[in-house]
Amino acid sequence: MPQLNPRKKVYDVCIIGSGAGGGTAAKVLTEGGLSVVMLEAGPRLNPEKDFKEHVWPYELSHRGVGVAGRGKGQFNDEFLAPNGFWDIEGEPYTTAPGTNFRWFRSRIEGGRTNHWGRIALRFGEADFRARSTDGMGDDWPITYQELAPYYDKVESYIGVFGSKENVPNSPDGVFQQPPPPRCTETIIKKACDHLNITCIPSRLAILTKPLNGRAACHYCAQCGRGCMTASNFSSSQVMIPPAQATGHFTMIANAMARELVSGKNGKVEAVTYIDKATRTENRVYAKAFVVAASACESARLLLNSRSADFPNGLANSSGVVGRYLSDSVGSSLAGYFPQLEKMPAHNHDGVGGMHMYMPWWRFGKKNEFLRGYHIEFGGGRGMPGVGEFDGVCKEHEGYGASLKQKCRSSYGTVIGFSGRGEMIPNDKSYCELDPNVVDRWGIPVLRFHWQWGENEMKMAEDMQETFRSIIETGGGTVLDFGRHGRPASSISVGGEIIHELGTVRMGNDPKTSALNSNCQAHDVKNLFVADAAPFVTNPDKNPTLSIMALSWRTSEYLLDQAKKGEL
Amino acid sequence: MSPDQVTRRNVLKSLTMGAVAGSVLRAIPLEAAEYAQRVIETERVRTSGYATKFFPAHQYKTLRMLCEIIIPADADSGGAIEAGAPEFIDLLTSENPDYQLKLGGGLMWLDSTCEDRYGKLFLDCTPQQQKEILDLIAYRNNAVTNESLSQGVEFFAFLRSFTADGFFTSKIGIAYLGYQGNTFLLEFPGCPPVPGL
Repeated sequence: MPQLNPRKKVYDVCIIGSGAGGGTAAKVLTEGGLSVVMLEAGPRLNPEKDFKEHVWPYELSHRGVGVAGRGKGQFNDEFLAPNGFWDIEGEPYTTAPGTNFRWFRSRIEGGRTNHWGRIALRFGEADFRARSTDGMGDDWPITYQELAPYYDKVESYIGVFGSKENVPNSPDGVFQQPPPPRCTETIIKKACDHLNITCIPSRLAILTKPLNGRAACHYCAQCGRGCMTASNFSSSQVMIPPAQATGHFTMIANAMARELVSGKNGKVEAVTYIDKATRTENRVYAKAFVVAASACESARLLLNSRSADFPNGLANSSGVVGRYLSDSVGSSLAGYFPQLEKMPAHNHDGVGGMHMYMPWWRFGKKNEFLRGYHIEFGGGRGMPGVGEFDGVCKEHEGYGASLKQKCRSSYGTVIGFSGRGEMIPNDKSYCELDPNVVDRWGIPVLRFHWQWGENEMKMAEDMQETFRSIIETGGGTVLDFGRHGRPASSISVGGEIIHELGTVRMGNDPKTSALNSNCQAHDVKNLFVADAAPFVTNPDKNPTLSIMALSWRTSEYLLDQAKKGEL
Repeated sequence: MSPDQVTRRNVLKSLTMGAVAGSVLRAIPLEAAEYAQRVIETERVRTSGYATKFFPAHQYKTLRMLCEIIIPADADSGGAIEAGAPEFIDLLTSENPDYQLKLGGGLMWLDSTCEDRYGKLFLDCTPQQQKEILDLIAYRNNAVTNESLSQGVEFFAFLRSFTADGFFTSKIGIAYLGYQGNTFLLEFPGCPPVPGL
């Protein structure tokens, strides 16, 4: 044991990243009695200053679309809770020639939980047994039954609304009462009933009853802007405060992790980070490390932690770090529903997300493709924004009173549908270090390779057909908005759905996986990964709830190891 | 409320509603009323004192008139000018070279086309002439039969959407649509009863 510098503080655990995975680990580990230091690459969150909740577009000089109108039609417009970016100045990533990939990143306390859609879906039993079910991909080293108690803990703590439905492979959870459907949802539910498509209350991490000192939702539909009453889930407002309250939690903000430093005993002993404010390099020491920087950032950190002992990067003797990258299959279509023109003016807001959704309803049936997708939908009389009437303007043309009236009669009559399907990992989709490019902090950046497989293309085509039949059965008309390609051409760009995962996957075989069944590195005993990087499959359920359940489980294992003196 | 607005609103109200029996206004054709309204609006430009960020004075005056023609005031609400659409367009254009080309260039295209056709700039054309050229560039189909209009059609389509953005994100535009949210509710009531749903 080397002599420790008496002035050198050694924390029990260092967590890198403050999002869903890091935040959950911080809560569980600090409440379990460990001292925790957390690195966050962005600033602390200040809801008072940072959130645009209840702001009208006309209260902003750019009406929400930002300087030069660059936020128009973008997810990250002026209203979005802070610091989510498609492009970060000075922190690029690259894509291999001929491939396309988009990477949404956050640099803020709470990470992307400040922006997510709050869709909180459990993975199903079959999702953990992919290879056993249809021969493709791989099985997880854990089962649904092993993760289920942690789903219970997460849902009970963060609050999720939903309903018990017994849909095959879409398990029910611990639910609060769901809100009643909006008019748009009533119409679509009816159409789905007709088509035998399962349409049920959605499952969102938004409170409909007060919980743990957090108020119930006040139905302004603005979750994405951040919620002053913390009625929706974000790590920054729900996970970090209890960690902070223990008194043994330290967050170092604006700290960009560069490298995990291994000691002579083969364990990680420190993380080197750049303090963005002073542009200086610093080190933090800990007995164990939980990497939760988001799947691709975590892979990047491991790949950048090369040493004589770990020439391919830390925890990468298998060579799988960066591989098995997947994203959800996305496809969208919108319809115009004339019956909504007759709707009297009323408050349509509801929660910041859909009140109903369609889980995969053909599970276990013979389909043209493997696995499945769920459908999200929305529309109606929401707060008007820039771009609201682009379609009407294009269709109606002209000018004057008739254009103005047409906009009013068309307002709230469009319902959009988005599919979110499972991608099967393939060897053409992965990330690696770009040999030639570093970011402004001198850290080598990721280069992405991407290719959808045939299964994904078929799935996107099927989504288009389904959307079309729902729209038509519901009495609507499909709006093409100029898309004339084959239906499958409307598949999303890789990364665009922001469900990228699998890059530091878990497994029982150290030759084909980086982490064991406790998300502990096969090669490095005191190193854990707690975001979506460990995931073996990317099912038709959004990953965030599973990130938290898995992180909770990993953290309890880590606590147990600490109690046994194994750290 | 300025006397101008009162007058304008009254003019329009009586026009659209056909309200006052025997009113002289009932006999005024729509174009003339539009023209009268533009005169009022042009007056307001001179007194508004807004310092543009991108458009030179003449172009801005043309822009304002076009905005109000695209989304005019009516009995239910004010129009694009009252909604602040020209200021919004000016601000974003001042920051966006692509918009500068589309709108700055588009306005010049409009003026030179009016020069060619009528020997006058757009602002100096008669209401009939203005209506004639706008009716040509307000529809994509016209560019199919007359290719020389295609740039004008592009310009007008861009300005139309931009103006709609400015109007429908304004206080009066949102009220005009009847959006009733952005509030605090204890319970969400769901869909109100609607016949046929």
